[in-house]
Amino acid sequence: MNGAHDLGGMHGFGPIDNEGDEPIFHADWERRAFAITLAMGAYGAWNLDQSRFARECSDPAHYLSGSYYEHWLDGLERLLIESGLLSEQEIAERVADLATPAA
Amino acid sequence: MSKHHHNAPLPDTVLRVKALESLLIEKGLVDPEALDELIDTYETKVGPRNGAAVVARAWCDDNYKQRLLTDASAAIGELGFSGRQGEDMVVLENTPDVHNMVVCTLCSCYPWPVLGLPPVWYKSAPYRARAVIEPRAVLAEFGVTLDDDVEIRVWDSTAEIRYLVLPMRPTGSDDLDEHALSGLVTRDSMIGVGLPQAPVQQNR
Repeated sequence: MNGAHDLGGMHGFGPIDNEGDEPIFHADWERRAFAITLAMGAYGAWNLDQSRFARECSDPAHYLSGSYYEHWLDGLERLLIESGLLSEQEIAERVADLATPAA
Repeated sequence: MSKHHHNAPLPDTVLRVKALESLLIEKGLVDPEALDELIDTYETKVGPRNGAAVVARAWCDDNYKQRLLTDASAAIGELGFSGRQGEDMVVLENTPDVHNMVVCTLCSCYPWPVLGLPPVWYKSAPYRARAVIEPRAVLAEFGVTLDDDVEIRVWDSTAEIRYLVLPMRPTGSDDLDEHALSGLVTRDSMIGVGLPQAPVQQNR
């Protein structure tokens, strides 16, 4: 499928933003997103090709504006829901719980 | 798009990571200690110095170099490097006539066991879009200028095959041992967007 991820040869992206001596991860949430994605990959409910496809299914505008580990997170969430390991509702409820500061 | 947008995710993203991690742990689908170990491995144990050891060995040992160019995964495994995202490796030898450069236009495929996790620029839209259409301009942005008669070969990684560039041994490095040579091998030189460092002249 030709999609927003198929970037080879596209024009207009401008210069490459090379940070130089960059850290492996740029925020703690990136570490956690990386680790849970790898761990669930090893769990074996899906393969690497399915993981990539899940990331490429994002809305094209979001794909181009989001950061790398956000794509991973989007893909992981999609696979968890599709495989029935987590439901959309329980994820939404947990996010809501976490967003509410403890009394 | 802000310059370093990856530094400032929406608060929503942070919450979603926490939500998924806590649910997966509660359901016993992931082991919290295994998560910490994965992070530690890729933050502190696996990185470009692995690839630099492979390159330095190839510079010093012609038989090893031949094995590396024939069956890269096995030769890299000889030095103890193997695993995720490096199962099927191909090593590309730079020569005075040919310069190799690696990209993953579709995603971020990268040889983890020898280079660690890819830098942000490698995964970014500008590099992925431009490496295949204007490699000389991209190399210039990385400070690399090659003679016009040097052929540039750009290799597009896939989920199956991962590439490592074997840069040319720097001139003036004849006296250096394998360990010292590995110190000259930069990450970027093994992606093909850089060259190894020149040896420092020793005052004796």
